[in-house]
Amino acid sequence: MKVLVTAKRVIDPYVKVRVKSDGTGVETANIKMTINPFCEIAVEQAVRMKEAGIVTEIVVVSIGPLQCQETIRTAMAMGADRGILVETAEEVQPLAVAKVLKAIVEKEQPRLVIMGKQAIDDDSNQCGQMLAALLGWPQATHISNVTLNGDSAEITREIDGGLEKLTVKVPAVVTADLRLNEPRYVTLPNIMKAKKKPLENIKPDALGVDIKPRLKTLKVAEPASRSAGVKVADVAELVAKLKNEARVI
Amino acid sequence: MAILVIAEHDGKNLKPGTANTITAATKIGGDVTVLIAGQGCADAGATAAKVAGVSKVLVADAAHYAGALAENMAALVLSVAKNYSHIVAPATGFGKNFMPRVAALLDVQQISDISGVVSADTFVRPTYAGNVMATVQSSDAIKVITVRATAFDPAGDGGSAAVENLAAAADAGLSKFNGQELTKSARPELTAARIIVSGGRGMGSAENFKILEPLADKLGAAVGASRAAVDSGFVPNDYQVGQTGKIVAPELYVAVGISGAIQHLAGMKDSKVIVAINKDAEAPIFSVASYWIVDDLFKAVPAMVSELG
Repeated sequence: MKVLVTAKRVIDPYVKVRVKSDGTGVETANIKMTINPFCEIAVEQAVRMKEAGIVTEIVVVSIGPLQCQETIRTAMAMGADRGILVETAEEVQPLAVAKVLKAIVEKEQPRLVIMGKQAIDDDSNQCGQMLAALLGWPQATHISNVTLNGDSAEITREIDGGLEKLTVKVPAVVTADLRLNEPRYVTLPNIMKAKKKPLENIKPDALGVDIKPRLKTLKVAEPASRSAGVKVADVAELVAKLKNEARVI
Repeated sequence: MAILVIAEHDGKNLKPGTANTITAATKIGGDVTVLIAGQGCADAGATAAKVAGVSKVLVADAAHYAGALAENMAALVLSVAKNYSHIVAPATGFGKNFMPRVAALLDVQQISDISGVVSADTFVRPTYAGNVMATVQSSDAIKVITVRATAFDPAGDGGSAAVENLAAAADAGLSKFNGQELTKSARPELTAARIIVSGGRGMGSAENFKILEPLADKLGAAVGASRAAVDSGFVPNDYQVGQTGKIVAPELYVAVGISGAIQHLAGMKDSKVIVAINKDAEAPIFSVASYWIVDDLFKAVPAMVSELG
């Protein structure tokens, strides 16, 4: 069984993001970039399914500038077999991502697509659901467990009040939540091996997909900062301040 | 303009977040219709009709809406979408699941998690874990939007909307709902609580985490946790407050043994008053705290319980 996974290149989540002084975007020059943490979990899931003998081939897709090759190589070092970079310098919004992925799914014919539940840069949480919709496939978002069972998959999802159980028909799109697995560290020999794995480079035009943005970003700004707080000496002072100053208890 | 709000409900009452979403809808301006879909949800329809600002309620009651499966919810919303300029839902687990599916089927770029309404086509939304606020303008004919509930006040009572039945769309038959395992708690829900007491990695163990309970009892608070505490297995995943967990903004947030990772701050930094208790004087949580104590939490928490009397 073939599985498709996605890997977005994002600013490292532990880096403090700064807004450009002209308010047009965020500083990305000389900033550490990494694979989106939820994509990493998706890749790990595919690799574990391959190790378990359920999956035979893992194709990893990234969309963005040429540097996304590094993100794809990371996924390959984890265990993905083959990479596809859809190269563009333009901003690709979630609907356009879903359209690009649909074209690739139609070409590659995977039985399962595993994606991260959201990218930690734009926090949209849309692509997996949109891809499933465009393909007419079922979806399972925010999953913490997936077991394939012939033509269906048994799913556990994380929901606001606890967990939810679903059965979805396969092919399907699933999106990974934090508790699905803990991604492995890549080893040097595997990084070397990943350099020899095939990586195809295609352009959105070649897929016949219009990626023009629908949302125009008028400006970006830092949020209003909180007024400075005070250090209190002990619990008695804290409780007094909460009662008399803040009046919240 | 006509706005459709998809309500999250338990069959009788609206879930926290939906009333705030109705407020966001009224800010966009126009007639607000609320859609209630579920199995045995007539009571929720009657509840929605009483919310101020709602002019019509549509109730779609059918077995295949149990569990709000994304495939069936999207098909239902699509069956009425052309009547509306805006389709809006709370950015909770419920709305996040099916709204992008609606958007894709309408060939619309969804606007996720809005925290402000600038005009009928322009909205503010947090990105990068709330560290960057983006103002975006949509060129799509129908705007599909999810709403960050904590950014809007809940709509009050006082409405008297007409309730109509809406014919169910066909069951897509792609997925099956097998039930939920909900965490049972006598405490208020995290997203609706006025006060939250949260624990982090500093709690040390599931056993130690329980020392927060007497404090939560005294304050009438909900109990939350950082991702570190959830990953360490101290508490279930639905306790998690943060960028990818629950977004909360209570009157009082008490962070105990939480260092203050960016992704945790993203989930709670809009709380009105923040108290931090941490033995590390350099903990980043202090940068957002209104009041903080540098102390061992295993001394400070019991002391706070007795101080509260």
